[in-house]
Amino acid sequence: MESVFGLVGKDFAIVAADSSAVHSILVHKTNEDKIMLLDSHKLMGASGETGDRAQFTEYIQKNVALYQFRNGIPLTTAAAANFTRGELATALRKNPYMVNIIMAGHDKDVGPSLYFIDYIASLHKLDKAAFGYGSYFALSMMDRHYRKDMTVEEAIDLVDKVIMEIRSRLVVAPPNFVIKIVDKDGAREYAWRESIKDAPVPAV
Amino acid sequence: MSASQSVKKIIEINPYMLGTMAGGAADCQFWHRNLGVKCRLHELANKRRISVTGASKLLANILYSYRGMGLSVGTMIAGWDEKGPGLYYVDSEGGRLKGTRFSVGSGSPYAYGVLDSGYRYDMSVEEAAELARRAIYHATFRDGASGGVASVYHVGPNGWTKLSGDDVGELHYKYYPVEAEVVEQEMAELPVT
Repeated sequence: MESVFGLVGKDFAIVAADSSAVHSILVHKTNEDKIMLLDSHKLMGASGETGDRAQFTEYIQKNVALYQFRNGIPLTTAAAANFTRGELATALRKNPYMVNIIMAGHDKDVGPSLYFIDYIASLHKLDKAAFGYGSYFALSMMDRHYRKDMTVEEAIDLVDKVIMEIRSRLVVAPPNFVIKIVDKDGAREYAWRESIKDAPVPAV
Repeated sequence: MSASQSVKKIIEINPYMLGTMAGGAADCQFWHRNLGVKCRLHELANKRRISVTGASKLLANILYSYRGMGLSVGTMIAGWDEKGPGLYYVDSEGGRLKGTRFSVGSGSPYAYGVLDSGYRYDMSVEEAAELARRAIYHATFRDGASGGVASVYHVGPNGWTKLSGDDVGELHYKYYPVEAEVVEQEMAELPVT
């Protein structure tokens, strides 16, 4: 089962997700990137049904880009999160998207923010959030060790502790994780945590 | 395939792109043919070949739009474009994955085992073809729903070529030939008095 979690720090937000693509008992891929860059200052980590996850997050990404093209300015994180929730809610009673989303962003006026959006379209602005079986470990660990205004090192340390815990305690634990960060300088990949490396491919 | 032992499971979309068939045969055949049409239209409209990324995305989007309606397609799109070799796994649930090796179908876990243990990115074509043949053979040996012919194709910068199509039964005796058994005790006939 897929794990996604995230937290807000002093002037940044971090989202981490597992990177295995699974079908029933088979692991097709161990380095699948489930955290999408919505725009220069927004991240969206998603977990859920295969097709829905990729397709819905791309749909949101393209609509966020469209807004910027049309209006000349980017959406705020709050606006993007509410738009996403609206799309989930509209589809819910007919053709629901089975995707859980953690959206993180950095705005000049507000600073870093994190939004929890689940597949039945509930939206919460939070300091820390988690989805999946990994959330059983992530939430309590973050509740215990999280403080407001953590530095990047402290936050990554907490993220690593959570990843270790998921790896050791979850019965079908994903071996690899990707961590992405967003701050005033933008959204970017921070690190991969891989305990299973695929056969090495020479850099192109 | 329980109905026929000689079904073509590798579909030639165009001279430089192949699709594999797993799941519903009709769905795979139809939608691969449809993908071939769309790829050709792309070529005509844009005066250049479609990339493997593009072709796999076209198929994935079509299959996604039919989600929940009972299509059964598990396919790999393999081809060569400007960026070199490309391999994508696409299925009827709307999933699309880029990778360096995949195995699809009821016998796929068995094939993964053999494939993973012998795989290196810098294998030669002969090594890779033999690994693929072995993986299919071993999957067929253990999986009741797999069988028939192991087809191996090579996709290169100038398109695909068929390397081999061996009956899996014959492969069995090639890999594990019958050895003469050492007879421990023979029944002797009593002399007639």
